[in-house]
Amino acid sequence: MRPVLYVLSFLALIALGSWAYRENYATQAALKEVRVLQGTIADLREALSVQRAEWAYLNRPDRLRDLVALNFDALRLLPMEPWQFGSPGQVAYPVPELPAIAPPDGAGDLENVQSTSATDEGL
Amino acid sequence: MRTPLRPLARILLARQMGENPDRIERDNLAARNEALREKTQGRAAARLGLMAVAFGCAYLTIGLRMGHLAASVPVEPVASAPGAEIVAQRADIVDRNGRILATNMTTSALYAHPRDMVDPKGTARKLAAIFPELDAAALERHFADGRKFIWVRKVLSPEQMQKVHEIGDPGLLFGPREMRLYPNGTLAAHVLGGYSFGAEGVHSAEVIGTAGIEKALDSRLRDPAQAGTPLALSLDLSVQATVEEVLAGGISVMNARGGTAILMDVRTGELVALASAPTFDPNDRPVPPTAKDAEPSDSPLFNRAVQGVYELGSTFKIFAAAQAIELGLVTPDTMVDANAPMKWGKYKIKEFENHNYGPLLSVRDVIEKSSNVGTAHIALMIGGLRQQAFLKSMGFFDPLPVELVEAPGARPLIPKRWPDIVTITASYGHGLSASPLHLATAYAAIANGGIYLKPTLLKQSGPASGPRVISEATAAEARAMLRSVVTDGTASLGEVKGYEVAGKTGTADKPKRTGGYYKDKVINTFASMFPASDPRYVLIVTLDEPVDTSGSRPRRTAGWTAVPVAAEMIRRVAPLLGLRPAVEAPAGLALTAASVN
Repeated sequence: MRPVLYVLSFLALIALGSWAYRENYATQAALKEVRVLQGTIADLREALSVQRAEWAYLNRPDRLRDLVALNFDALRLLPMEPWQFGSPGQVAYPVPELPAIAPPDGAGDLENVQSTSATDEGL
Repeated sequence: MRTPLRPLARILLARQMGENPDRIERDNLAARNEALREKTQGRAAARLGLMAVAFGCAYLTIGLRMGHLAASVPVEPVASAPGAEIVAQRADIVDRNGRILATNMTTSALYAHPRDMVDPKGTARKLAAIFPELDAAALERHFADGRKFIWVRKVLSPEQMQKVHEIGDPGLLFGPREMRLYPNGTLAAHVLGGYSFGAEGVHSAEVIGTAGIEKALDSRLRDPAQAGTPLALSLDLSVQATVEEVLAGGISVMNARGGTAILMDVRTGELVALASAPTFDPNDRPVPPTAKDAEPSDSPLFNRAVQGVYELGSTFKIFAAAQAIELGLVTPDTMVDANAPMKWGKYKIKEFENHNYGPLLSVRDVIEKSSNVGTAHIALMIGGLRQQAFLKSMGFFDPLPVELVEAPGARPLIPKRWPDIVTITASYGHGLSASPLHLATAYAAIANGGIYLKPTLLKQSGPASGPRVISEATAAEARAMLRSVVTDGTASLGEVKGYEVAGKTGTADKPKRTGGYYKDKVINTFASMFPASDPRYVLIVTLDEPVDTSGSRPRRTAGWTAVPVAAEMIRRVAPLLGLRPAVEAPAGLALTAASVN
């Protein structure tokens, strides 16, 4: 019984050793990847901040004002004026959808008649 | 093998010899016990030894680890690092809607190791060709005088960097730099201030604020824990841009030397716009004037809204009237003596252009017509002590706690003694000086129903609270009087349809540096609030030496200069602030014939 235990524990030792060896390298690889990813993230963040700065720069008020003046013929944009406020009363209600016309007795045939005649013409 | 305690052979032998066989048993028992004792002792000693070794190993491991930690360079844990959050060393500044006012950019600095240079002369020449501000001869001298290290330029654009690369000299090196960028150029320059580099190294440099909010809140902006959260200001980018545009236009139309405009939310104390002209570009901050006799206000760096301490003239009259109403001395309809000129000791108090509005004028008309004599009599009713206490509660005696580094230095100029003549002149805004921002803060207290709020440049989450300086009823009376100034008084050009502007004009002669006043140089102020029935904003417009030349003779009163500028500002800005014009009473309803064809 005892030799079997010895052999088993020895095998377990070898198995655990090789597992630890593999884990060690897997961890190192993961850490390396994390480092690369963090570098990428930092680069992307920097690019993002540059884009944001550029967006702010291109949207600066004096440039927009100049663009509006340059393109006045096409856009006709003017500064906002007090009279441009509307009131909810000025907005038209959406036109209510008309209910389907309920066919009076026998009127439903009209469509059938028409479609029949159309088919006839096709024929 | 176990030895018997009573071995038969020895027992028999002992019996034959006539000895006591029990002795043999005792001896054997003693020997057996001795052996057992020795064995136990040995085992205990071995166990103790093992324990000692284990503890020794543990202590050694901990000690070695501690020594290693103390001696090695610290590294960030890579596996669980949220460290990628921090990219900028200085937090962004944004407006109240999150639009960027100041941000960071990575760029490079250029330095040289002259000893590693292949061709110092040629390099100096080529560098001077790329950077026009560098002097080729001086650069060549520096490269040749044996120094090991020299800074060439603090920041480079990518194009310039490429050109330097193309020189290809191994002695030219780049260091990474983070620089501050103000994408909107001159917009809100006086609020933002500017930046410069602090301690500089090859690998990085400190970015520090040099003026404005960048310096006042430098430690907040540099705090690594808050680097990811931008600092939200109370300014509104579009409103600020409009205010600056209208102010610049007004200054050129009114031939003024400069001016300032302040727009303040009366419920929170937030400054929605704060402009001062002339202005500058914080990306390229000019050097402050160094000449001894230079007037500080000549420099574009001078923030007139905060640093400009002026006598603010008749805009102060409403404080005397409001206080007198608060104390129950008068009502808006009380008649007061307004017989000009008024004599007080050796002084003579006159009205504008030597008018006489008297002999008696109601308090409302005193404000409406801006009568100095009437205000003087009201102030004398109040008395100097109470007047001082009231002006102090309105903040006119102390620097403002606004988040600008210039603010604590802009101390109002208060006369040391307060005789009756000071009581009289202070009541119409002469003899004591304060900044336009002081005036805005005090007018906000009238506008919001009597609560004094500290002005702030930081976005607030809700209405602020502060000490009450006048009652709600008094504030309402004061607002009604200010409204009548616009409808019937000196500020008739300030009427903006739908926004019920209320305000008070102020024209103050400019003091000479040598003493006395200039004859034809004035500072014009229009302090206003809108809409008068439920004020939301206070607007102060101040123009420095304006002249309106549209008439037959030059006009220098605020009613002709600052008021139309302020009115245009309100007309442009109010819709941007989301203020809906109040519906005017229709002139008369009539049916109009219309055809549908």
